[in-house]
Amino acid sequence: MSMPIAMPQPERENYLNTKYGVWSWLLTTDHKRIALLYLISITFFFFIGGFFALLIRLELLTPAGDLVQADTYNKLFSMHGIVMIFFFLVPSIPAVLGNFLVPMMIGAKDLAFPRINLLSWYLYIIGGAMMVHCMLTGGVDTGWTFYAPFSTNFSNTKVVEAGLAVFVAGFSSILTGLNFVVTIHRMRAPGMTWSRLPLFIWAHYATSIIQLLGTPVLAITLTLVVAERALHLGIFDPKLGGDPILFQHLFWFYSHPAVYIMILPAMGVVTEIIACFSRKRIFGYSFVAFSSIAIAVFGFLVWAHHMFVAGTSVYAALVFSLLSYAVAVPSAIKVFNWTATLYKGSIHYDAPMLYAFGFLGLFTIGGLTGLFLAALGIDVHVTDTYFVVAHFHYIMVGGAVMGYLGGMHFWWPKISGKLYPEGWARLAALIVFIGFNLTFFPQFLLGYMGMPRRYYDYSHMPEFQVLNVLSTAGATVLGVGYLLPMVYFLWSMRYGKPAPDNPWNAAGLEWKTASPPPTFNFEEEPVVTWEAYNYEELDAPHSEEVPVAR
Amino acid sequence: MPDSTVALHHEEQRPELLHHFAEPQQQRDASSLGMWVFLATEIMFFGGLFLAYLVYRLKYFGDFGAASKTLAVGLGATNTAVLICSSLTVVLAVWAAQTARRTLLIGSLVLTIVLGLVFLGIKGIEYKDKFDEHHVPGASFSFEKVPVPGHPNQYADPHHAQLFFSLYFVMTGLHALHMIIGLGIFLWLLTMAWKGRFTPDYNTPVEIGGLYWHFVDIIWIYLFPLLYLIDRHP
Repeated sequence: MSMPIAMPQPERENYLNTKYGVWSWLLTTDHKRIALLYLISITFFFFIGGFFALLIRLELLTPAGDLVQADTYNKLFSMHGIVMIFFFLVPSIPAVLGNFLVPMMIGAKDLAFPRINLLSWYLYIIGGAMMVHCMLTGGVDTGWTFYAPFSTNFSNTKVVEAGLAVFVAGFSSILTGLNFVVTIHRMRAPGMTWSRLPLFIWAHYATSIIQLLGTPVLAITLTLVVAERALHLGIFDPKLGGDPILFQHLFWFYSHPAVYIMILPAMGVVTEIIACFSRKRIFGYSFVAFSSIAIAVFGFLVWAHHMFVAGTSVYAALVFSLLSYAVAVPSAIKVFNWTATLYKGSIHYDAPMLYAFGFLGLFTIGGLTGLFLAALGIDVHVTDTYFVVAHFHYIMVGGAVMGYLGGMHFWWPKISGKLYPEGWARLAALIVFIGFNLTFFPQFLLGYMGMPRRYYDYSHMPEFQVLNVLSTAGATVLGVGYLLPMVYFLWSMRYGKPAPDNPWNAAGLEWKTASPPPTFNFEEEPVVTWEAYNYEELDAPHSEEVPVAR
Repeated sequence: MPDSTVALHHEEQRPELLHHFAEPQQQRDASSLGMWVFLATEIMFFGGLFLAYLVYRLKYFGDFGAASKTLAVGLGATNTAVLICSSLTVVLAVWAAQTARRTLLIGSLVLTIVLGLVFLGIKGIEYKDKFDEHHVPGASFSFEKVPVPGHPNQYADPHHAQLFFSLYFVMTGLHALHMIIGLGIFLWLLTMAWKGRFTPDYNTPVEIGGLYWHFVDIIWIYLFPLLYLIDRHP
């Protein structure tokens, strides 16, 4: 310690400075440190996935297939999808913000199983290392969907290794979900009843249910694909009378609900942000809470809408179409409740709120175009076109990543103990919003005009080029928008102003402890006597005189 | 869940109470709920296999019957009995741990491990027989001129039989893998019991280890009729 003698007082002990050294991080069981381990690792994979996206957009800049070969292009979009979904989006909000905040929001010292939490990070890293090795030694070209029989019988790429990598990462996701469910059930502070839980917690509870019940099905599906390739068993092999459609059913039974693994936590983040920056209790608390559960439940009943043209029966398709409309109801309930919360709120336009606004608009567009795709007639027209690509990027990037960035800004003062530069953050939010729309809105038009996805060459349709150039330009802007927060977050860790305990004057237990928090989160066990989102009380004129319960 | 059961801090009073729990009851509830939730994920894991089995059994009804009849039902039934007995010894172990009967606890744990090994041994014999009969899917698979039950003039399609055996090996193989993991857990419980770590106040590991073992048993209880008994008639 080379601290100058003039420094008046030593820094308060917190989870960041309590111990130093590599092993104090790699063997930590503190949920906050594990959250930071996840933050670093998923950021790494985000930039790998982004690199593939960059190459895809560069290839599509011109109609001819001139930058990469067809085979390479197949690998690019496959690995972009696999990395972004399994190694970035699925763990993003739950494993970083959820890990950090779930115990703090419910007043617990840690998750119920701290060492399983660490194990889950190691599984993620092992899966990630396998994926990196797979990418460096040839990659995989099946698309992120691993469709049989291409993946099982025909592809000459590293399907086994990629499948095992996703399998291992899947167990990381299962263990995170298990930890959250048990923690939320068993570790709440005295007075923290279910109806007082922040809606972020409800969203993570619903997410965990999907992780627990969906991911094992993906695991067994990938096991069967690996067994078929490596051991020459034949489960999906048409030569033996096996049914590749069965693979699609099993795959989408996980992978449709997986969309809700990505979007539900973002909805939780946005709920917290909108309440805080409108200075109001959230409108219709129980509707927002139970709509999360409803999304988790309905989400398991709609998978076959990915298979309308795959040979499912018309009657099954009708039922799945109807159920897909049903899942829009709880999502719409959330959007209406957020809007109603804004109504007559005292709205502050800080950076987290800008992301929340971005989320609201983009998620609505993504959700409504999802209804187009749930309609049988339109789906047949736009299946496997850029319309689908644009739709799910509006949900996953416009929704989930916007929520993630909004949450990172909202809780950064708590996580790092430093304030980020607000002006830069607002600028970055604006750049992300503009870049995103410029990238993906043209893809709706391209898809509706008939441009198929997963093609590297569209030289027979040169009229698609203008929209593709717009999209590539947008992706460049978006890339800048994503780099900026990384730069100023890192900058703020060293040069940022120290954050007060509650810079947003926000409700919620996590703001009632120090920034950054001590290792066991609270100096003494909190006792909750107030309802969630009591912003009217917080902002009441007399609140200065009342001593804050600390 | 080993996490909540191994003590991190060896306090004087309650060495097994982890720092982030307020009281032992909370820790017990968390561990037990954790295992139940984990078993729910296991049900979904095997559920995918049962679905695949159901689809193909309905699609290739007679061929699956013919393939099923080649399995050694005697060995399968013996294994079923072995596993049911092991469930009894697990229950005894839990009871012994709760009532501080150390000898009974150690004896029951040893017996459980022995029964688990007997199961795996018999399974190994069955696998070897299947290998000798060329019933293992792959290049040397052979299933010629096996009549479809109830249709003496009709032979089972070897391709469809290969689907049956693919499912047979994946399902019983994954079940056996769970047995091996279970044996590891019980060996660990045995060393803990040997050291006298379990008391009437602290025996959650035995309880949740037992939950896991029962679950693996139940999987077999479903596998046995589906794989061995679908076309047996008196």
